[in-house]
Parts: sequence; structure tokens; C-alpha cells
Amino acid sequence: MKLFLSGDEAIARGAYEYGATFAAAYPGTPSTEIIENLIPYKEVYAEWSTNEKVALEVGLGASLAGSRVVVAMKHVGVNVAADPLFTAAYTGVNGGLVLVSADDPTMHSSQNEQDNRNVAPFAKIPMLEPADSQEAKDLVGEGFKISEEFDTPVLMRITTRIAHGKGLVECQKRQEPPRREYKKNSPKYCMVPAFARQRRLVVEERTARLKEFSETFPYNRIEWGPKDVGIITSGISYQYAKEVFGDEVSYLKLAFTWPLPEKMIREFASKVKKIYVIEELDPYLETQIRALGIEVIGKEVIPNMFELSAEILREKILGEKVAEEEKLDVPVTPRPPVLCAGCPHRPIFHVVKKLGLTAMGDIGCYGLGVAPPLEAVDTTVCMGASIGMSHGFQKASAWLGDNKKAVGIIGDSTFFHGGMTGLADMVFNKGAGVVLVLDNRTTAMTGHQPHPGTGITAKGEATEEIKIEDVARSMGVKDVAVVDSYDLEAVEKAIRHALDFDGPSVVVFRRACALLKGQEKLPPLEIDQETCTKCHSCLRIGCPALVHHPDKSVTIDVNACTGCTVCAQVCPFDAIAKVGGEVRG
Amino acid sequence: MAKVTNVLLVGVGGQGTILAARILSGVLQEAGYDVKMSEVHGMSQRGGSVVTFVRYGEKVYSPLVEKGTADIILSFEKLEALRWLPYLKPDGTIVVNDLALLPAPVLLGKAEYPYNALDILREKAKELITLDASKVAAEEVGNIRTQNVVLLGALAKHMDIEEEIWQKIIRENVPPKTIEANLKAFAAGGQY
Ligand SMILES: Cc1ncc(C[n+]2csc(CCOP(=O)(O)OP(=O)(O)O)c2C)c(N)n1
Repeated sequence: MKLFLSGDEAIARGAYEYGATFAAAYPGTPSTEIIENLIPYKEVYAEWSTNEKVALEVGLGASLAGSRVVVAMKHVGVNVAADPLFTAAYTGVNGGLVLVSADDPTMHSSQNEQDNRNVAPFAKIPMLEPADSQEAKDLVGEGFKISEEFDTPVLMRITTRIAHGKGLVECQKRQEPPRREYKKNSPKYCMVPAFARQRRLVVEERTARLKEFSETFPYNRIEWGPKDVGIITSGISYQYAKEVFGDEVSYLKLAFTWPLPEKMIREFASKVKKIYVIEELDPYLETQIRALGIEVIGKEVIPNMFELSAEILREKILGEKVAEEEKLDVPVTPRPPVLCAGCPHRPIFHVVKKLGLTAMGDIGCYGLGVAPPLEAVDTTVCMGASIGMSHGFQKASAWLGDNKKAVGIIGDSTFFHGGMTGLADMVFNKGAGVVLVLDNRTTAMTGHQPHPGTGITAKGEATEEIKIEDVARSMGVKDVAVVDSYDLEAVEKAIRHALDFDGPSVVVFRRACALLKGQEKLPPLEIDQETCTKCHSCLRIGCPALVHHPDKSVTIDVNACTGCTVCAQVCPFDAIAKVGGEVRG
Repeated sequence: MAKVTNVLLVGVGGQGTILAARILSGVLQEAGYDVKMSEVHGMSQRGGSVVTFVRYGEKVYSPLVEKGTADIILSFEKLEALRWLPYLKPDGTIVVNDLALLPAPVLLGKAEYPYNALDILREKAKELITLDASKVAAEEVGNIRTQNVVLLGALAKHMDIEEEIWQKIIRENVPPKTIEANLKAFAAGGQY
């Protein structure tokens, strides 16, 4: 049976077919759909974990208990999970454990660009790199086998075009692997220094065996063609190379990319005249191949930033001129993403901007608060950074005698992911920061996954709902408030109060994401054109339901309007009211 | 190398290009082609510009369409057709929905919308098909939600695939209650 699957869907399918019983992840583009597609299988326990570190720890525990496990995350998630990962390399596993790192070259949906192939040699774990959806599925099965045979976590590294590119995949029935019982084994699993030193030797010896294995791994293969040019490549880069060079060259296509098959590389190199290493981002293969004393052409012609493409190869290797883009004599106006109509983050940003606050932002939909006209966010670094950075900024500012205030703005899912430890730090170290939590009842940015504050699990079961205000209070925050995000006056009052309070403050702004299913539908609004003075105050909230016409008039698109009333609340002339309703006077 | 056909589906996040792309790739698979499709999810869903690349033929390698090589661009919105125009090959076809969705900078009065987009497209494309899919869906089909399938109907006329395959895949991909309306929408789109 052939199914048309994205790489993410294929990995989920592979996990299912090859007998996984356990999956854990924290969402993150482009990895999110892996777990989303495993959730429906009744044979597989799946959870959204609080963050990637927890997901990997949960996965490691499940592996010890005997499950075949998939843990998935985006590239930056691997930074968060690095601590357990680097030591799981020592403990090894029981049931097969595959960790998927979904990298995002060009940063379609990310705050940085990382080539996580570098993680494999750093953490000393084997790595698989599928080049299409079929391989993505197949290599999950291979990954489980390698993991169990060599007693190691396996890194599967994909990129956006693998994760979100779809292709035909031959699918099979599920196979149930034999049960692997847990046996207590402290020298293996308890990484106190004395045991860790022993395991360090095991890791080294394992790496040597993996290197031999790499030579015979069938997904590392040579495709002979004319031998004037040889191309060494892996992952999506293989597809671009095939697109451009077809059958006119020879290929060494690698899928097991750490440790590399040295003999295979030497043999390939000895038979072709000129070698190109074609890879996206870092010179990962290139550096290792050069270290073997083999001369290759790589990053001197192929960029080390952003996505690779067939066009780039044509230009850089074949010297084909890329046709100049014809200039059109009309504006091809950019269409950046925006906060949705009715987004409950908007009123908070509006007030933060109005009060002229220095705002340390965080990661989520609310990152869009940096865009005009709100322009309310000063910084975006990583999940949870808002709290630590606002605390550090304020402490240093006081220390230096400037006494500048900074607020932290953080989403609900991000608060649980990486904000709680920052808040504990602020309380512990006698900070007086203001933390604004945008609780839209979901992880919106990545497509509405539940989190510890939502009262529902990945599998859709009801569970304990952890309240952010309770967390803050129990951490010793004395000034805690919960406010409806749509109530502008209350929002402003709460923020002003928190700024004046001597000690840490947490304000939870609670209102569900406007796109979240099951919300009460509010009636749309309209602008009374008689009363409207065209002052454009409403446009300053940047709602896409407000339409600015060439004659300077503003109307509301009733199909887009969610009835949040924020525009009506900022209108100084009370010209905005419910459709057919009375204008507030 | 065996010929690969390149199609771009472009529009604005939330317009439903993804269902259209799913039906299209289902049709191509049913017709026996190797198919690859590539899209980017995430940030762009929030009202941003979106593109789905669909490539089919005997064997497809890269999931991405190169500039100047698209056989057909199906655009759900006028400005988006202009934006992706550099991808069209010299003798390519554009099917465009006669709809203007104003991007944020225009809504804010900070930029202009190219209301003459269709004139420019007409000048640049060898073949241009325009239709007002929402009007067709409302007036000829009686169901505004079938806009996507109206557009697919218009696209299908420029692709060499049997009508029965399209009908079969549409049946499989739309809610059972809307099958008749969607088949009607497909036929209506084919009139353009
Ligand atoms: C370490 C890490 N993991 C995952 C992501 C992907 N990611 C970006 S924002 C976000 C969720 C934000 O959710 P929330 O804080 O609730 O804000 P919302 O999008 O709902 O406004 C995720 C999962 C990331 N950028 N970094």
C-alpha cells in the first residue's frame, strides 16, 4: 500500500510499523506533526511533554522499561535536551530510542539556524539522515535496530524540506518486536563518576563498532555513473544534486552520517576524478572527508547559510546564470504574518507600547508583537528567556544606578516550558520584575497543542489543570493578578499596579486563542461612518479585520472580525459597536 | 531526463490551499505519477503568503520548483499571483482567482495594493485564466465553501488527467454531505 506522506508523517508511520509503543515531544516547527500523527494509534502511548529535556528523559525512562521510543523536537529543542542526551549516550538504552531533530535551514519558523548533524559526534551517538519520506519511514526501523543492537540512542536528523515535503511511501503492517525486560544495572544506568568512567570506554568501543557498521549499512550507497565527477551528499541535498546532475555523475549517497564509512569514502574518492561535497549549512561531511586527506570542493562554492536548492547548484557548480527577475512596475507588497483578528495578545502589546515599557519578549505567536504597528517587544532569544532577561536587566540597571524597569512577556506554554525556573530565580534573588503571562489556553504558534495548563492530554483525556497563578503564588510571588485580555482598562490597571509593586509581580492575561475550537462566538463589530473622524486610532492596534481604504475611511471586515471589541475600546469617539447595535455614547 | 511537470498553488494563509494541494496530489498519484509536494507550515499560517509546490512525472527528485520552470500557477489571490510570477516558465499558464486580500501594510495605509494585477499578469503570462471563485461558488454552486474546488476545476482543464480521477479523489477528500456540491463546483470551475 502506497501512501502520500510528509517526512514527519512517514516517521510517525515508521514508528508505528516498527513497533514503537511510546512517543514524547515538545512541539516545534518542523517537527510537530511527528507526534501529532502518532497520537491516533492506540498501540502507542504519546505525550506532549513540558519541554524537550523532559521529553527526552521521559523517553529514556520508557526505553528502560522496554518500549521502542520516538522523541521528536525542533533543532533548538535539542539544545534544551542536550543535558540528558549527552549522558544517555553513556547509559545506552533498553528498547530502541530514536531522537528526531528537525532542523530549519533558512529559519522559516525559527529563531536561529543550526546544523544539528554536529550533535552526533559531539554527543557520540550514531546519526541517520533520510533523503525523502520513504527513507524517513524505513530509517526509523533501522534506527530502532541500531539503537538496540549497539545500545545507544540514535539521532535522526531531518530538515524542513524532508519534514514537510510529501512523497509516496510503501507502507506495511505493524510488527511487534519481542519484549525487552528491564533489569536493574546501576553501573550502566547510574552515571556517578566511577561508573561514568567505565561507560566512557564503552562509548568509545561502541563508536569503533558503529564505524564498521556504517561501511555495510545499505542506505549508504554508491550510484556509479560517469566518473569525471563524483558527488558526496546526504539528506535533501541528494535530491537537489540528482535534480541538477541526473545520471551524468557518480554519487556517494550517505544516510548513516556518523560515524562516517571511511573505507567507502576512500574507495569512491579513488575512482572519480573530481569530488564535490554537496551539503546544506555547515561543512559537516566536508571537514571529515578532508581530514581523511581527500581533496574535495565544498563550501568554497556552496553557501554555508540558508537552504540549498537546485538553482544554487546550477549557478555555483555549472556556472549557469540565474535569470534576472523581471521588475514589475507595480508594488508587489510583502504579506508578512500578523497577529490574527481577535488575538488576545494584541491588547497587552497595545498597553505595553502605550506605557513605553522595555519588554523582554519570548517565543510564540506573540513574537509578532515586534511588528508594526505594535512594535512592543525589545528582545526575542529562546523559550523562557523573557523572565531571566527582564530580571537581569532590572537588577543590573539598579546596580548601575539607572533603575530602568523591564517587563517579561511570556506565553502559557512557554511559561511551563522554560519560564518557571526563571521565575523561581527572580523570587529567590529578590528581583522586582514584572512578568506578563499571555495565557491563551494553548500552544498556538505550533498549531494548538495542549500543555500542563490546559487540563487535557495529547490523547485528549481530561487531566489536572495547573494554574499559572497558583504556580506563581506557591513560588512566593506576592503580587499575582488574573485579568481578561480583552478588557483594556483592566489590562492597563494591572500592568501599572505591577510596575509600582515592590517585589516580583505576575499578571496572567487569560483569554483563549481566537482560533481555538469550541470558543463562544462573539458578534462582529462595525464602524459608524457618521461618527468616525478617520483619526485612525483603531489602526494602531494592527488588527487585520480593520480595512483602511484609499479615501482614508476605515471599515471592519465582518467575516474576519471576532467581536473582541478591542478596537471599540481604543476608539476615542465611540464610533465602533456591534453590527446593528447601539454605538456606545 | 524524463519530463517533470511543475505546479504552484499560492495564496494567503488560511485560504485552504492545503486541501486543494491534497486533492491535486491524490489525483496525480491515482494517475500513476511519482509526485512530490512541498509546503512550509508554521509562522506563515498567520495571514502570510503561502506556497505549495507540486511536482510530478515518472521520477521526481527535488521537492522544490525552480524559478522560471512552473508549468502552471494556481493562485487563490491576485497579489500572490504577481509575487510568484518569477516562477512561471515563459509559456506557462496562470489560473487566478479574481480576489484581492489586503496585506497588513495595506490595511494600515502604509503600502499600496496592485489593483491592476490582472492586467500585468495578462501581459506576462502566455495564458491567463481568471475567475471569481467565490462568486461561482455562491451563484452557480450555491455553496460558498466550495471555492477551492471551483479553482481546481479551472486548473484541471489545463492538466491532462481524466475527469473521472478528479471526481473520485474529490469524493474521497471532502465531507460526505458536500460531495454533490463539490462535484458541481469542479464542473463549474471547468467552464473558465
Ligand atoms: C526550545 C524550543 N522548542 C520549541 C520551539 C517552537 N515554539 C516556538 S513558540 C512555541 C510555543 C509557544 O506557545 P505559547 O507560549 O503558549 O505562545 P502562543 O504561541 O500560544 O502565543 C513553540 C513550541 C522553540 N522555538 N524552541
